[in-house]
Formats: sequence, structure tokens, C-alpha cells
Amino acid sequence: MQARESSHARAIGPGVTGGPLAHPERVTQEEHLKYKLHGGHQPHSVLIPSSGNEGLVVDPVGLGHKSHTQYPYVTGTSVLGVTYKDGVLMACDMLGAYGSTKRYKSMQRLTKVNDACVVGAGGELSDYQQIVKMLDELATEDFCMDDGHRMTPSEVFSYLTRVMYNRRNKFDPLWNSIVVGGLQRGKPFLGTVGMIGTNYTDDTVATGFGNHLARPLMRERHSPDMDEKAAMELLQDCLRVCYYRDKVSVNKFQISKITKDGVDISEPFSLDTKWDYALFKDPTAKAVGAW
Amino acid sequence: MSGIGTGYDLSVSTFSPDGRVFQAEYAQKAVDSSGTVLGMCCADGVVLAAEKPEISKLIEEHSNRRAFPIDRHAGAVIAGVAADGRAIIDRAQAEASNYKSFYGDKIPGHVLAERVASFVHLFNLYWYVRPFGVCTLLATCDHSGPQLHMVDPSGTMHEYNATAVGKGRQAAKNELEKLKLDRMTCKEALFSAAKILHQVHDEEKAFELEVAWISADTDYVFTRVSNEEVAEAEQAAKAAIEAEDMDDD
Repeated sequence: MQARESSHARAIGPGVTGGPLAHPERVTQEEHLKYKLHGGHQPHSVLIPSSGNEGLVVDPVGLGHKSHTQYPYVTGTSVLGVTYKDGVLMACDMLGAYGSTKRYKSMQRLTKVNDACVVGAGGELSDYQQIVKMLDELATEDFCMDDGHRMTPSEVFSYLTRVMYNRRNKFDPLWNSIVVGGLQRGKPFLGTVGMIGTNYTDDTVATGFGNHLARPLMRERHSPDMDEKAAMELLQDCLRVCYYRDKVSVNKFQISKITKDGVDISEPFSLDTKWDYALFKDPTAKAVGAW
Repeated sequence: MSGIGTGYDLSVSTFSPDGRVFQAEYAQKAVDSSGTVLGMCCADGVVLAAEKPEISKLIEEHSNRRAFPIDRHAGAVIAGVAADGRAIIDRAQAEASNYKSFYGDKIPGHVLAERVASFVHLFNLYWYVRPFGVCTLLATCDHSGPQLHMVDPSGTMHEYNATAVGKGRQAAKNELEKLKLDRMTCKEALFSAAKILHQVHDEEKAFELEVAWISADTDYVFTRVSNEEVAEAEQAAKAAIEAEDMDDD
């Protein structure tokens, strides 16, 4: 009956543009006076096509809204992803850090969107939860349409890219580095979207510290037709390196696997680490002037 | 044509001297002349079934849906005017989505039913709209277990263990009363639903059976039963009916 307002208009944040997305009843008294003083002509930000259709309007409430660059509060660190012969593997740790404090140690940063797609993110985890909520609403709409269609990973990737870029343009970003992985018409798909809307797809991706620590390992050992065992070992070695060298990480990980049989997000596990190097035991052994 | 309600039946905002709203009753008649639809709450879920009479041989099989998902844990089947039914389903889906967005949890069965009932009731209050000619059976399965609610064209809703609406409702309800639903699984209920619908439908006309369920086997996600499973259940049902007929003879 009435067109249902999708929350995705709000996903792009305040100051939403477009005909049906502008809400005239939210015009403030001040705005209304301005409109009247213009002699009844609408302000220049409104473009009205001569066809009589609804014009492009920038929500006047949004015009007054000032948002400054945010700061992330509870953050997640790297997300890693590799494609392999049967699909895609993604991995990350389970830490929600509050600055330097390792505050929440069971944050799941990988989420299943549907049977062919997983989304993982680092950065501000409350923004990530909002992204998951948006994707869940999209997935539920697909489910209720009940026509067998579901979002492919590249559609999810496209959607997230547009949301991130639009938010960045309003100086109100979702402070996340997102990884989207899945099976696109039977072929592995892996892409990443940054908080300013930078996006690309590749066979191996890593965000945050993983970019610097894990990608060299991936470049050495990855090939698109690796088998699952080799891909798992590669990812686990990358996770281990990230845990060794990234201050804000914990030894508790999850790996998600997307194959034609569906999505499987593993139970949390930890990796063996080696700390008994001689220099660790006696760090000042070779230092000048130490005793 | 002068019928019972002459003079008091032109608008849903008019009562008759004996306290009836005739437009609402006429809407119910639209439901009563449609194909039979039934729902049953079992031990491990809810089953909804609809008898779809074959209107024309040109229509694609499995089209003209009667069962719709409302959310993952909820679904509905409609009896009556199909187009009106779609409008109600649309609204129910919006309500479920809105509830989840606001409260962060899946909409409970009775809340969904109340919201749909309020919506349907709206169209019984104003003279410039007509009531929906639809009976909606809403099935949900959440932490308080499987639930079945029915909303009729006047906007009243009740919770049921099992119910039937449409042409064959009396006979279907008699059969449903004989079943021990709280000890049946959804698979057994599927067979019973097929049997009841085959028993109550008009023998000359062909019909298609559409079934949907929410059960432990589907991970409590509303799913339409696959065509193969429905065909299997129908075969078993037909065989059982024949066996009973032979016993009677």
C-alpha cells in the first residue's frame, strides 16, 4: 500500500538527498521563513524538473547538521582473507580494544550475511554492528520476497562501498575497514572497502596491521588453486604473525569458510606461539653498558 | 435485490438495528467461498496448508502463492481475495521489520497478530474504504514455542491450536479436532493436512496443495515445503483415503 520507508535512506546518514527521501515536515521554522522570504521560490539547492516530477531536495535538517571527524572508541584490528580452490577463507581475532586496553575478548567480527557471503570488519565496532544490522535487513527483505534470489557477494560489496563513500562525503564516516568474501556464481569473491570508500577486489586481502604483516606471507605462499589445508595453514601463520607483532590483538581467533556447501564460522581457537627465544629470556644480554 | 441487510449494508460504518455490521459479514462470505486453508500447531512447529483450486489450465503450476514469509521465524497463509491478502502480508512484513529495528528482537506471535488485527480493523471503521476479504493465518515459532493466530476480516484475532477457513472449513475443523496435535511432528501433520484437504475438497475439480511450515527440521525458519515432499504426502493421503473408503464398503 504505502511505500515502506527503507532504513537504508537513514543508512547514508543525515542530510539524505532525493525526492521521497526528503521529509518536508522536518523543515524547521527558520527554514520555512527563509522559503517565504525568497518570495515563495524554493532555495537554489532544490532542482525541479519541468516534467513535474519531484525535485532533488537536500534534507534541510541535514544542512544544519554539523558533524566533526569522529574518533573510534572500541576497535577491532586486522581482518584477513584468502581465496582458494573451493572458496574463500576469512579470519580475524576476537578483540574489541578500548584504546590500548584489551577490553572485550569475545567480539565476533565476522558475520554471515547469507549462505554465500561473509562480512568482516576492523575499526569502530559499533559502526560494524550498524553495518551488520543494515545487511541483515536487506537479507530479510530478500527472504520475505521469497523468489529464490539472494544477494551475491559483489552486490553486498557494491552496497557497502556506496554506503561508506556517501558517509565519507558527509564527513560522518563509518569508521571501518570491511572485508567481503563469498562465492559469486560459483567463483570465489573477495573484496575490501575502507572507511573513505576505497574498494578493490583481489585474491588476498588484509586490513589494518594485516596489510603490512600478513600480505607479504600471502604473496609468497598464495595461489588461487590452493587446497583447503594449505590455505588454512597460510591463514594461521598470518594470524600468528599479526598476534606477535600487533600490540592490540589477542590469541583468540575465528576462521570462516565459504564454499558451495555454505558458510561455516568456526568456534574460537588459539594458536601455539613461541616465546622462548634466547633474546626474549635475556633481552639485555648483548646491550652495551648493561649488566 | 432485497436481502437481509437492506438499507444497513451499504457501508461498513453503519450498524444494523440488531447490532450487526453487514459489510464485515459480507467480507467473511468472500473468505467462506475461497479454497480451504488450514493451520495446525504441532509438538515441534506449525504447519500451514492451502487448497488452491485450479482456475485455468493455462496457469503455471506453483504460481498464485498463498503462503508468504513475514520474517524468518514467522509466516502466513491467506484465504479469500488474494490481492487483499498481499496488502496485509506487506504490512505484516513491515511490522515485523519495524519491531526488530526498534526492539532488537524477533516479533512475538501475539504482537504480530495484534498488529495485523489492528490494521485489518482500520478498514472496518471508515466508510471510504472497504474491509479486507481475507482471513490470515499467522504462524510463528520462537522461544515461547509454536503459535498459530488467525485474523478475520473484521479485525478480530484469536490464538488457535488448529483451525480451518474457506469452503470446507466445517468438515476440516471436525477432522482437526480428532487429531492429537501436541503429540504429532510436523511431518506427520503434513500427511494429515494433505489427507484433510483431499477429503474436504470438491471432487470434480482439480486443485493444487501448497504447504509451508516452521519446525525444528527447518531450524525454525519459515520454509515452503518442497514440491516433492508435498507430492509424497498427497500420494500417501490419497492411498489412506482409498483404504478407508474400502473399509467402509
